[in-house]
Amino acid sequence: MTAIEILGLEKTYNVGFWRKRPKCALRPLHMQVEEGEIFGFLGPNGAGKTTTLKLLMGLVFPTSGSARILGMETHDPRMRAQIGFLPEQPYFYDYLTARELLEYYAGLSGVPAKERSRRSQEMLERVGLHDAGGLQLRKFSKGMLQRVGIAQAILHEPKVVFFDEPMSGLDPMGRREVRDLMDQLRQEGKTVFFSTHILSDAEALCDRVAIIHLGELRGIGSVADLTSSAQNRVELIWQGPSVPSSLRALGAEPHIAGSTVRATLLEANQDAAIEALRRERLRLISVVPVRASLEDYFVQKLKPTEAVAGGRQ
Amino acid sequence: MNSRIGLIASNTFREAVRDRVLYNLIAFALLMSGAAILVGQISIDIERLVVINLGLTAVSLFGIVIAIFIGIGLVSKEIERRTLYTVLSRPVRRWEFIAGKFMGLAGTLVVNAFFMAIGVFAALLYVSHHFQASDRWLLVALYFIILQFLIITSLALFFSSFSSPLMAAVFAFALFVIGTFAEDLRGFGAMAKGVVRWLATGAAYLVPNFSALNVISSVAHQRPVSGQLILYNTAYALIYTLMAVCGAVLIFERRNLK
Ligand SMILES: Nc1ncnc2c1ncn2[C@@H]1O[C@H](COP(=O)(O)OP(=O)(O)O)[C@@H](O)[C@H]1O
Ligand SMILES: [Mg+2]
Repeated sequence: MTAIEILGLEKTYNVGFWRKRPKCALRPLHMQVEEGEIFGFLGPNGAGKTTTLKLLMGLVFPTSGSARILGMETHDPRMRAQIGFLPEQPYFYDYLTARELLEYYAGLSGVPAKERSRRSQEMLERVGLHDAGGLQLRKFSKGMLQRVGIAQAILHEPKVVFFDEPMSGLDPMGRREVRDLMDQLRQEGKTVFFSTHILSDAEALCDRVAIIHLGELRGIGSVADLTSSAQNRVELIWQGPSVPSSLRALGAEPHIAGSTVRATLLEANQDAAIEALRRERLRLISVVPVRASLEDYFVQKLKPTEAVAGGRQ
Repeated sequence: MNSRIGLIASNTFREAVRDRVLYNLIAFALLMSGAAILVGQISIDIERLVVINLGLTAVSLFGIVIAIFIGIGLVSKEIERRTLYTVLSRPVRRWEFIAGKFMGLAGTLVVNAFFMAIGVFAALLYVSHHFQASDRWLLVALYFIILQFLIITSLALFFSSFSSPLMAAVFAFALFVIGTFAEDLRGFGAMAKGVVRWLATGAAYLVPNFSALNVISSVAHQRPVSGQLILYNTAYALIYTLMAVCGAVLIFERRNLK
């Protein structure tokens, strides 16, 4: 079944104080996300990711077009009970403690009163905040707020979760934890839709991604599809000072650093190269495919129209 | 009242308490005890008059100020700080949010007024050593003051749904002041001619009629309040409040969040 259906959503803001000028944040967007997917919504800053999410959440109204989530309209409360949303740089009632906030939100989402406290505690543990549950949110760091934000988004066991830049403000450990959590959510059968401007976050995780730039969809598909066009190469690393001459013949360009050597070559020559190393009794350390990264795709996709405005952060 | 409105209302109350809004009661207590002691020393006959007038006027002004200053931020602060994102993406309808916010502040004001009323009665007991039968009209005066709170809260909410908090405060306060003289304005309208008459009468009926809701000096003079006025004021205040809250809802329903 289709989890999210976006049918020509379009948003034009009127900016300027005296003379209003229209500013197109999102051109008519058509796309679908299937149930059970982790879907990455990629684009540089200002691409229209947050605008799309706000439209889906009913926080702003579209200039035209519509969307359906789980087959229901965006303002349908029955649908809202089955989704979770983490806003970009979330901010919460800072006079509440993390536990109070979660219990309040559980109530608003229709979790029965008896279960609210248990559910909140579970969520605090799940996002690694069990020690901070009694602390007022005004004392939370940015990374902790991000965790609270994730907890409140999954608190009521939604079927579809929407995360806007879920890894921002987190340290590398935190990013990994969030990645693992999204993976768990998928294993629980949930649909995860998240936006990011950091490609590596999406690459390791997503079933499919969409790429958006200046409010326009530039590509959609699996990471493998989007990146397979590039020539596939592998990187070999081995130990030992020498480089077999047969390897050079295969087109490898070795880099020697102390006693380890690193070389990349075409995937087609991989087996021959490994065989050559074995013959010389050199210790193979790793063989890693070097796919064209999503980053390459990104650069390539964004280039044709204009030199990436503002750059990719 | 559905459970979501109740939750939002109680959270609003909790916010007010944690933001130390009820600390105004300390100032009020100081004012009342100071006044009681002072009046007790200087006069013998008019203590009751002074304590009731001063006490109830203070109850009303303290509450009005709180109603305006919290009322203007009820919704706009949540939009500004984006705390609304995680509320409105839940199964909460926008009108439920407004209703909950309104009730939370109204509840805060009622609780606040309750404690202040205890202060007034305590001061009254201190200066006159016993209650009189006519003191029950004080309760009616307090009830009318609470009706004023409802009106002013709904107006603050209404103005803040389309203008900046500062402008909303100015509008709400201006309406309070004009409304206090609503009856004079009607009288003036009746005497004037032409456009002035038209404007004055129109304005007099548009602003909330706080003259009718103010029976402080009347009860201070131990005059009873008619059942008819109680009924009329109740209906008037509820309708006025409901219209202002509905206005706020209508605007908020269409609003794009920042
Ligand atoms: N409330 C608004 N008023 C005017 N322009 C806006 C508003 N919100 C977003 N925009 C504009 O819309 C574009 C897309 O913004 P956004 O969706 O926040 O991008 P992203 O989340 O991908 O970084 C930007 O150019 C931004 O300036
Ligand atoms: Mg964004």
